[in-house]
Amino acid sequence: MDFPTFVFFFLSAILVFAALRVITARNPVYAALHLMLAFFTCGGIWALLQAEFLAIAIILVYVGAVMVLFLFVVMMLDINLDRIRQGFWNYLPLGAVLGFLMVLEMGLVLGSKYFQVPAAEAVVPAGVSNTKEIGALMFTDYVYPFELASIILLVGMIAAIVLTYRGPKKSKISNPNTQVFVKAKDRMRVVQMPVEKD
Amino acid sequence: MDALMNFGQGMFGGAWPAVWTLIKIVLIVAPLMLGVAYLTYFERKVIGFMQVRIGPNRVGPLGLIQPIADGLKLLLKEIIVPSGANKAVFIIAPMLAIGPALAVWAVVPFTDSLVLANIDASLLYIMAISSIGVYGIILSGWASNSKYAFLGALRSAAQMVSYEIAMGFSLITVLMISNSLNLVDIVNGQASGRFADYGLGVLSWNWLPLLPMFVVYLISGTAELNRAPFDIAEGESEIVAGFHVEYSGMAFALFFLAEYANMFLIAALTSLLFLGGWLSPVGFLPDGILWLFAKMAFVLFLFLWFRATFPRYRYDLLMRLGWKVFLPLCLIWLVVVGVWMLSPLNIWN
Repeated sequence: MDFPTFVFFFLSAILVFAALRVITARNPVYAALHLMLAFFTCGGIWALLQAEFLAIAIILVYVGAVMVLFLFVVMMLDINLDRIRQGFWNYLPLGAVLGFLMVLEMGLVLGSKYFQVPAAEAVVPAGVSNTKEIGALMFTDYVYPFELASIILLVGMIAAIVLTYRGPKKSKISNPNTQVFVKAKDRMRVVQMPVEKD
Repeated sequence: MDALMNFGQGMFGGAWPAVWTLIKIVLIVAPLMLGVAYLTYFERKVIGFMQVRIGPNRVGPLGLIQPIADGLKLLLKEIIVPSGANKAVFIIAPMLAIGPALAVWAVVPFTDSLVLANIDASLLYIMAISSIGVYGIILSGWASNSKYAFLGALRSAAQMVSYEIAMGFSLITVLMISNSLNLVDIVNGQASGRFADYGLGVLSWNWLPLLPMFVVYLISGTAELNRAPFDIAEGESEIVAGFHVEYSGMAFALFFLAEYANMFLIAALTSLLFLGGWLSPVGFLPDGILWLFAKMAFVLFLFLWFRATFPRYRYDLLMRLGWKVFLPLCLIWLVVVGVWMLSPLNIWN
């Protein structure tokens, strides 16, 4: 076994373990932490496959931003484990069907060689920067789907804000803008007074 | 150098590349840790002088042994785990803080050949790894099972995520004009230009054409470090010391080391991206690593100066600055630089 194969199996073992712990951990914070470990290890495997841009992107976006917010929410939840478990058997059939479908899909993709689907073999010539190639493709051949995806994301973001917006605040909230731009003469008046003599 | 290589090859055989890399890691991390120790001394002295005090002057001549004494004290103290704390996470959190703070130095170049790993996407790597550092803070706050620590962790998480965006956007303009993600290329790109031809390299560096982004980067960097005036995550007068209030001994020292190692990192990145890295400011002096150190020292001094000068930002003003001032400014400047590069006035080709 050569070194990259060893590293691959090492990372894969960690990835499988972390993924299993995500669904088996009782404490949701542990689950979130293992999900973060899974993303990180996944980035490692991608870096091993010379997809360095994707590897860094998953760490930057998922580990560095998405999981932070996730952990942020999970930490503040007051989770009652017994209540969560109550619905377990009711949800099991639906969950089992979804799980089976996902396994089937993964099998079809991974077994493409077995099913004689001609998969494109990636041949990377030396000196080609992964990041540059992805950038060039994204802004030439795939510019419209890319822009469309970003607009959908933007709409989603605005929708989330609109859904949670409860109207203007009635309380005596201070407006930072007016506070920042305040001048001394708005708050203070200098009065000239003759010196008092007794 | 060749003799050393041959000696190592004979000594360790096939394992020599790994051993050589380890030696290089030690050569980066050991001076960094020493630098961290003396940055605390420098900080206390500088702030002392700004407040017309003397600063540490008891341990050794001019108090020079003070950081060593502090380090020893922290090393020998007991690590107390609070009874209600989540022990495993409580222990892991300081490691998660120091790990990324050291790992980013793998790709930081000191001169155009002196770099541990000269990878193509080194700037992306730094952004990715340094974004993991926030976990140490969040988890320490959560695991401490203390209200102050938890408040500090939440403040810090919100702050770091917000300012990472402004920081990332200010870097994008640098990437656009350098046409590269590689830090060595970014510095070398600053070596040419109209002023550099006249022998005034200092005016060809990125800080001048990208002045608004330089300011945004420096301020966001200060916020990202949780340094004063953006130290609401610690906020001694409000939440005692924020996320690390329950930590003692070496576990506390790891947070401290991580914070100061990150200060060095932001100083190094500011120097490399905006201040020309190891390039000499004037034509008649040679380039060299000393210039990088001088620039880093200048940026570090700025951080200390900020701390001695400004009062702490209020939390809502901090969020306003990040989201409503810096982010729009970055987006506008992004378009401005894009148009500038396509116009005949382009100075970066």
